[in-house]
Amino acid sequence: MELLLVILIGLLYASGIFMMLRRSMVKLIIGLILLGNGANMLIFLLGRIVKGKPPIIESSAKMLTEIYADPVPQALILTAIVISFGLQSFAIILVKRAYKITDTDDLDELNTTDEIYE
Amino acid sequence: MNNPYIILPVIFQLFTAVLLLFFWFRVNAQRLITIICSLISLGIAIWLLKEVYQNGILTMQAGGWKAPFGITFVADVFSATMVLLTAISGMAVAIFSTGSIRNARLKFGYFPILNFLLMGLNGAFLTGDIFNLYVWFEIIIIASFVLITIGGEKAQIEGAIKYVTMNLLASAIFLTAIAILYGMAGSLNMADLSEQVAQIENRGLVNVVAILFLVGFGIKSAIFPLYFWLPASYHTPPPAISAIFGGLLTKVGVYALLRIFTLIFIPDAFLSNLLIVLAAMTILSGGLGAILQVNMRKIFSYLIVCHIGFMIAGLGIYTELALVGAIFYLIHDIIVKTNLFLVSGLIFKLKGTLNIEKLGGIYKKYPKFSLLMAIPLFSLVGIPPLSGFWAKLFLIQGSYLEGQYTLIGFILLGSFLTLWVIAKVWSEVFWKDAVNLPKKINVKYFRELKPLKQWAMVIPIVLLAATSLYIGLAAEHIILLSKQIAAELIDPSAYIEAVLGSKTTMP
Repeated sequence: MELLLVILIGLLYASGIFMMLRRSMVKLIIGLILLGNGANMLIFLLGRIVKGKPPIIESSAKMLTEIYADPVPQALILTAIVISFGLQSFAIILVKRAYKITDTDDLDELNTTDEIYE
Repeated sequence: MNNPYIILPVIFQLFTAVLLLFFWFRVNAQRLITIICSLISLGIAIWLLKEVYQNGILTMQAGGWKAPFGITFVADVFSATMVLLTAISGMAVAIFSTGSIRNARLKFGYFPILNFLLMGLNGAFLTGDIFNLYVWFEIIIIASFVLITIGGEKAQIEGAIKYVTMNLLASAIFLTAIAILYGMAGSLNMADLSEQVAQIENRGLVNVVAILFLVGFGIKSAIFPLYFWLPASYHTPPPAISAIFGGLLTKVGVYALLRIFTLIFIPDAFLSNLLIVLAAMTILSGGLGAILQVNMRKIFSYLIVCHIGFMIAGLGIYTELALVGAIFYLIHDIIVKTNLFLVSGLIFKLKGTLNIEKLGGIYKKYPKFSLLMAIPLFSLVGIPPLSGFWAKLFLIQGSYLEGQYTLIGFILLGSFLTLWVIAKVWSEVFWKDAVNLPKKINVKYFRELKPLKQWAMVIPIVLLAATSLYIGLAAEHIILLSKQIAAELIDPSAYIEAVLGSKTTMP
């Protein structure tokens, strides 16, 4: 399971960076989404994967003695997913606006802000 | 010491923003509420700094969960100073916005978003939890995304694409770094991490994570070679928005770098050298970039990059004296950069352009304004006794004692380039004979504004200029403050003890 996740995370990061380096704005957004998902999976993996051991303390015991599934990474991922959802929806709308205004999907055409004389 | 009221700067900005949402289309009510609330938050920030300065580090454990299990908010002198600077810049920008931002933009929720941005900044400065820091950064960037695109002009949208992309990438890298750090140390509390990370045996991995943090915050604070998005986007939104961005958004990245690299990852020789090289290159690339530009706001954007280098240099040398310089520079830079962008906004309203080749004759026509604008311009250069001078003095002294002579050269070169650029701006914009400009229809000129709005644009510049004069002329106060901050950064044991309680021995 860990090995599978490692390969998956590597693929997500690599494809995310690759897509971000393309010239199309839509691919840029796809790249950002893949990268965000890769980061979320990484938190999940590095929080140690423990199967079927919820962190619930028995009423007779004072504390957990056995290995248990850490709930913190899941809380972190949940937060990160919600945040990235908001940011990505904003980015998609922004790209749509940019396409409407500049009439191009090519990032290399977006250079009016870099011109020295304007 | 536990004090739940340290969260007040965050809560009050949230309250202001929510209150403003109830007055969505009533822009005059929004103007009034924003000004009043920004004055109150300035009062809160002053109270916080006074409290922290007298009573030592204050903490708040959210929900009563003891550190390191819950989210901790910590107000040390550094945090409180940053909150105060945020409040000062925020107030100036809020007052300036009431005069300069058009009603159409105000009706799209400009003031609520501005307050959400300030809330995010205060939160980032006060939090003591690394994941919480990430969340505050996200609040800051989502608010800044809205501010940079509000109005939807072509240049704004194009600048925003670059700005949004780089910030999202920085966030992803930051999140990756947090994931690996949590996997290694099993904690998110920064004070706890400080102890845990020191015990990790695999130093190679620790350095990798440190570099990931450096890249993530480096993009946000625009250090070499990750700065190129800044001059491509900061000149596109209205001047008031550029002012809050230029003054505070890059500095929150610098704050995070200073915090992380003094608390969690103490720079070793490799990291220290890397920071110094990056600082030197940042100074050089920012300074050289500024020479080439003719748009005033783009010049200032490149100067932001240039001066970020000074602060990173102070962190790279990592002695108390150099950190005093870095922190003094940070304090000076927030006030002056905010003011410079406000000045550019005022010049745009006077003349209708920001191209320094087309501008001219401002000194002849507006001598009082020119004298006022001279204060931030020449504070930036650091002509003694203005504020920039003292910071550079400490930085150069700090590098000299550590034998970093090349770095001294770069700092002097950076100051010289700044002087060159500012002298060029001064002679072109103020002393050159006026060029006849065609009257633009879509620009509302300063003379056409109502007197109240004219005052709203001049008063914040006066206030900020007075603040930077105070920093320069009453430098001993700021030096005392910077020295205390630097001492706390160099020796974080007080911070750790304040958060985790009395020394706990690890089994």
